[in-house]
Amino acid sequence: MDPLSWGGIIGAVLWQFLPVWIALFLTFAISIHFKSSLGLYGKLFDSMIGMIGFFLVMFWIYTGLFTALFDLISTHDPLAQIPEMKNKVPGWALPEARVDQGLYPHYLLGGDNLGRDVFSRMVKGSWVVIQIAPLAALFAYMVGITLGLPAGYYGGKFDTVLSFLANLILAFPVILLFYLLVTPEIVQTGIPAYMAAVLFIFPIVFVGILLNSKFVTRPEIRTPLLVVVLGISFWLYASLVSEQARGTIVDILPSWLDLFNIPGGVLVVFVSVVFVNSPTIFRIVRGLTLDVKSRDYVSAAQTRGESPWYIMLWEILPNVRGPLIVDFCLRIGYTTILLGTLGFFGLGLPPESPDWGSTINDGRRLLSVYLHPPLAPALALLSLVLGLNLLADGLREESLKD
Amino acid sequence: MLQFIARRTGIMILTVLCLTFIVFFLTNLYPNLEKLAKTQGNFRMSEEQVATWLDNRGYGRNVFVKYGEWLGVVPGYVIEGTDGETRARCARKGTSVEDAPTYCGILQGDWGYSTVSKDNAGPLLWNRLKLTGFLMMWALIITVPVALILGIFAGMKEGSKTDRSVSTFSILSSATPEYVSGVVLIAVFASSAVGLKWVKGSAAQAMTAPDLSNFTLPVLTIALFNIGYIARMTRASMAEVMTAQYIRTARLKGVSFWGVVFKHALRNALIAPFTIIILQIPYLLTGVVITETLFNYKGIGWQLVQAAGNNDIEMLLGVSVVSVIIVLVTQLISDIGYVYLNPRIRLN
Repeated sequence: MDPLSWGGIIGAVLWQFLPVWIALFLTFAISIHFKSSLGLYGKLFDSMIGMIGFFLVMFWIYTGLFTALFDLISTHDPLAQIPEMKNKVPGWALPEARVDQGLYPHYLLGGDNLGRDVFSRMVKGSWVVIQIAPLAALFAYMVGITLGLPAGYYGGKFDTVLSFLANLILAFPVILLFYLLVTPEIVQTGIPAYMAAVLFIFPIVFVGILLNSKFVTRPEIRTPLLVVVLGISFWLYASLVSEQARGTIVDILPSWLDLFNIPGGVLVVFVSVVFVNSPTIFRIVRGLTLDVKSRDYVSAAQTRGESPWYIMLWEILPNVRGPLIVDFCLRIGYTTILLGTLGFFGLGLPPESPDWGSTINDGRRLLSVYLHPPLAPALALLSLVLGLNLLADGLREESLKD
Repeated sequence: MLQFIARRTGIMILTVLCLTFIVFFLTNLYPNLEKLAKTQGNFRMSEEQVATWLDNRGYGRNVFVKYGEWLGVVPGYVIEGTDGETRARCARKGTSVEDAPTYCGILQGDWGYSTVSKDNAGPLLWNRLKLTGFLMMWALIITVPVALILGIFAGMKEGSKTDRSVSTFSILSSATPEYVSGVVLIAVFASSAVGLKWVKGSAAQAMTAPDLSNFTLPVLTIALFNIGYIARMTRASMAEVMTAQYIRTARLKGVSFWGVVFKHALRNALIAPFTIIILQIPYLLTGVVITETLFNYKGIGWQLVQAAGNNDIEMLLGVSVVSVIIVLVTQLISDIGYVYLNPRIRLN
């Protein structure tokens, strides 16, 4: 087999992404067709910037989903090493013997210093980000909202203490915090498991209060609803937490009830990313609440005798959703950058993991000689974060219009 | 004003104490100490040997006592070890146990001992800080004027071509973390395979002899990320000021466009960017850690990575104290400066 020319490489890469193109085409076609009835999401398609951002973000989401669920797009196993392909330039052909085994005949974006396929690693790396970043941002939001709303609404000692703690965490240089939390030695002490046990309780508290305050006047709906929702979320919570803490007090669930296991490294990364993001969100939510709580509709709700939590969650929160949605997009981008930083310093995720930060870190030692191994994940990360920033800009523009 | 500064300083000291204690606690957890014992002693030590090694060197005691020693409010230990040797916390190279001072902590100006470099942490830290200060100074010298000029020109006429291109550039640059822009910059300007080969991809020589060839890329890497962010904020602030009533009044009275920009708009438009630039310094610190690691420039960020990777406890504490103080002092300066620049804000 001959190596591919640059035109051939571009063609082959575009062809590999075919499922993503189809999915993107369908998404855009359907969304633009029904845009008038889709609210804020539909308005996104009126702004060019928002559309470009949405395109980039959905591109990586579909890529991540298709590789992880259907094993499409990637050409090789991201961990398989072929010694003949070490540091080969993009488009290099595999040795004949390997092609006969049924492998894809080229390394589309070349091989890295261990002879792994750069293209497949980049594609698989998107799944690591898609799995962790949005969920971590969501969890950080649950923590920030659950604490920020009462801090802003009630003020007083509660607010002073929480604000001090938030500022304390924010004064830590992020990298120092990562180095202190995300090491095998700390994982051994079980501290991340305890932190997970504390942080992951917030989503349950949030959902519980949200539903309770809405349906408290109708006990016949509320009680069964709360039992079912809280039961399921406690089960998920226990499954999530138990595995990391075998033999400690948070080991609640016997293993036959344990639904799923998350590898230790991933959980630590997840917990520390949530931990780093929550104080900022706490401050944003607190500030917004302080601003909104003196409005007339809040006083009206107080006069009607609505409960404080109902006012916070069903009067104040929906009215500050604009800035929060925009910040949520930016937050996912920031979390992606943080995950890359962790990978760059070789923290948390296993060293052979195909996530973008680790791959950039692997490639930087030979950077001045072979630049394709770190360049591909670097550009991938750049395009995803850029997409999220553009999406946030588009959303901000469109939400300001009305 | 004085009361405000006093209260802020009080909170600052409390914050520094809390943070250093957290760092101290985490680095003194047993698995970390075990790792330290094995790297300092030898890797084949048994459980008991590790325990005696730690006890002989005072690591095995209560964490509060150890923290007090490090602070300098509790007398340093003098332990007669099981191996017959007497060790004292305050006895370093050249001083015997008898001559050693009773207290040796941060309050006495003693920054402790780096177990990796086998040297006092204080002077070492000072050298690293000077190197980082130099790097940050140049990064700021490039960042601030460029970002302000870009932001002002973009915000002057909202929706103009300049505005569009500056906004695109700033979104792109603030979406590029240092480890990405560093890699791309090295690939373009320093790669020996296909790049332009204008400059070097390492800043190792910049520590002793900084010049354009080895210092450009690190400075540019740090500057690029921040230029985008500050330019965006300046643009927003400028655009807002330009729509204000008093600007329109000035224009209607016949003041020239540039006269309005320089005499009326600029001062008010620069309040927000000022706070942002000052608050950006702590984030610069994270960028500095990445950049220094990427370009092998041995400043405080590089030291942080080394100390944290090897559990060099007292060095790591020193680095944390320095970086936390930088963060808190910049916050204080930005608050005070904001009050002076913006007469609408009144304390209390």
